[in-house]
Amino acid sequence: MGKVTVISGNEACVEGALAAGVRFFAGYPITPSTPIAEGMSRRLPPIGGKFIQMEDEIASMNCIIGASLAGLKVLGATSGPGFSLKEESFGVAMLMEVPCTVIDVMRVGPSTGMATMPAQGDIMAARWGTHGDHPVIALAPSSVRECFELTVKAVNLAERFRTLVFVLTDAILASLLERVEIPDSVETVNRPRPTVPPAQYKPYQITPDGVPPMADFGAGYHWYASSNMHDERGFLATDQHAVAWTLAQRLRDKILKHKDEVTFYSTEWMDDAEVVVYAFGSTARSARAAVKMARAKGIKAGFVKTQTIWPFPEELVSKIAEKARTIVVPEMNMGQMVEKVREVVCGRAKVVSVARVDGILIPPAEILEAIK
Amino acid sequence: MAKVAIKKTSEIRAEYYRPNSFPTIWCPGCGIGNVVASMVRAIDTVGLKHDDTVVVTGIGCSGIIYNYLNFDAYHGIHGRAIPVAVGLKLANPRLNVIVPMGDGDSSAIGGNHLIHAARRNIDITAIVVNNSTYGNTGGQFSPLTPTGSITTTSPFGNIENSFDLCELAKGAGATYVARGATYYSRQMIDLIANGIRHKGFSLIEVISQCPVQYGRRNKLPTAVDLLKWQKENTVSVTRAKTMSPEELKGKFIIGELVNIEAPDQEYTARYERLIEKARSGGKS
Repeated sequence: MGKVTVISGNEACVEGALAAGVRFFAGYPITPSTPIAEGMSRRLPPIGGKFIQMEDEIASMNCIIGASLAGLKVLGATSGPGFSLKEESFGVAMLMEVPCTVIDVMRVGPSTGMATMPAQGDIMAARWGTHGDHPVIALAPSSVRECFELTVKAVNLAERFRTLVFVLTDAILASLLERVEIPDSVETVNRPRPTVPPAQYKPYQITPDGVPPMADFGAGYHWYASSNMHDERGFLATDQHAVAWTLAQRLRDKILKHKDEVTFYSTEWMDDAEVVVYAFGSTARSARAAVKMARAKGIKAGFVKTQTIWPFPEELVSKIAEKARTIVVPEMNMGQMVEKVREVVCGRAKVVSVARVDGILIPPAEILEAIK
Repeated sequence: MAKVAIKKTSEIRAEYYRPNSFPTIWCPGCGIGNVVASMVRAIDTVGLKHDDTVVVTGIGCSGIIYNYLNFDAYHGIHGRAIPVAVGLKLANPRLNVIVPMGDGDSSAIGGNHLIHAARRNIDITAIVVNNSTYGNTGGQFSPLTPTGSITTTSPFGNIENSFDLCELAKGAGATYVARGATYYSRQMIDLIANGIRHKGFSLIEVISQCPVQYGRRNKLPTAVDLLKWQKENTVSVTRAKTMSPEELKGKFIIGELVNIEAPDQEYTARYERLIEKARSGGKS
C-alpha cells in the first residue's frame, strides 16, 4: 500500500524520478518547470543525491550528461526557451548514448511567448530540434498520476536504451493538484553494464539488441565517449562513411525495433466508433469530456489517448484509420501532431485539426463541434 | 618547485598513451603535443590512480588531446567541457577530472562555464592551451588573441582587447591559478602537477605556439619564432614584482599566480556537509 497524497504535476514528476532511482539533477530556473528543480533541491540531499543549480540551461544539460557517465540516473527539467537552449546538447546524449531524462513543461512560444500559459508547441522541437538524424522517445502525461508514472517510465527507458527520453508536460499539469497514490516501490531498470574484462570492452558494440553495455567512468574500462561519429570502440570515425552509416542506423533501429516497449496508449468507446478523437497531454482531458458529450448525443465517437508522442505510434493510427470515418486531433499548437496523423492516415479517413495557440486549454465544446 | 621524477619516455608511453594512436593530427610545430606531454608527466608525478582519472574535452585542436591517451575520456561539443566535468566530479568526487581546452573553447563559447566553475571552487583541473587562435577552423581571432593580430577574421588587424584569463579566473574565485608556456616545459609540468594536487578549482593557462594558423600571418612563421617570442614576452612572478606597470605592459607573467589552500571550501567537500545537514533534518 503506497502513500495517498494530493500533489501537483511538477511534484509528481519529482516523486516519479526519485522512485525510478534518479540521484542527480542539474537545472536552471524557468517558469513553469522551476518547482521540479525546487523539489529536487529539497529531496535529493537527504537521500545522498546531488542537486546543482547551474549557470545556464546549456550547462545544466551537459552537467547531467557528465553525471550519467559517472553512473548515476539523472534528470533535467525545463520549459520552452530552455528546451531550445539545450537542443545541441540533446544530440550529445543521443549520439554518445548517455541515458538522460528531460522534462519539458510546455508553455506558449515561440521565444518568451506566454511564460505561465500552457501549450503543446514543442512536439516537433522534441522530434527534430537537435540537428541531424537521431532517435527520440517522448512521452506525454495527461494527469498528475501520469506525471508520476511516465517519469518513472522515461527514466527506465533512458537506461534501457542508453538514450535521451523526454517527458512533455505543460503549464496546466505543472500546477494542477490531484489525488495520487505514490507506490512504495516501482519497477526500475538499470542500464546494461559490461560483463567482459576492460581489454575486450567496446562501448559502442553492435549487439543483437542494438544497445551496447555502458561502463561507468572511473570503473576501469578507459573508454571514449565521443560526440563525433565513432566506431565500436568510440574512436573517431569522422572520415569513415560506412562506420558512420552503421552507427546512424543502429541508433535509429535500437528504438524502432523495440517500438512495442515504448508505445503507450489507451482507448475508450472504440468498438463502433465512427469519429475518433486522437489526443495527448492536457488536451486529452478536454477530448475525453467531448467524446462523452458526443456519446450522450448519440454520436458514435471514440477516444484514443496516446502517451507516446515519439516514436509516432503509426500502427495505432493506421488501425484507427481503417475503421473510423473521421479522426479529430486537438492540440495546443498550430497543428503539429495532426501533420503526422494525416501522413499515416493517407486519405483513408477525414482528419480534422482543432488547434489553437493562445494559452487556453481547448474546451470540450470546441472539440465536440469538430466531432459533429 | 617540486622535483620531477624522470621516467623514460617509453615507460610513459606504454602507461598512458593509447597504442597505435600516433601520428597526431596536429600541424608541424604545434605546441599542443608539448602540453600533452607535460600533462601526462604531471599526472605521473602526482601519481594519480589511472582508473580514477578522467579527461574531458570540447572542440578545437585541443579537444583532440584525449585521443592519444588511455584514460576514460569525454570528447563533446564546443565550450561545454566544464559543465560535463562538473557533473562527473559532483556525481563521483573520487574522480580526478582534467579538462584541457583551447583559448576559444574556454574563454569565448565556454567562458561562462569557466568563471562559474571557478566561483564554485569545484576540484577540477582546467588546462587552457592558449595558442592565440581558433586553429581547427583555420585561424580566426579568439578572446585571447593579442590586439592588432592579423587573423582570417581580422584581416585588417584585431581591434578587440584580449582577456587576461588568469586574472579572470582569480576574480571569479579560482583557488589555484598559474600560467606557463611551452618554452618552459619543465615548469609547465610543475604548474600542472600542483594544479592537480590542489583541492579546488585550478586553472593553468599555457601559452602555446600555432605557427601554421597564427604565426605565419603575424611575422612569426615558425615554431622557433613563436617560442622566442614567448621567451621575450614572459616574465616570472618574482621578476614581475620588481617591474613597473609600464614595463609589464604586453608581458605575460608566468608561474603560480594564486594558490589558496582551503580544502574544506572545495565544492564537493561542501556538498558532503550539505548532505549531512540535510540528513539530520536541516540542522547543522
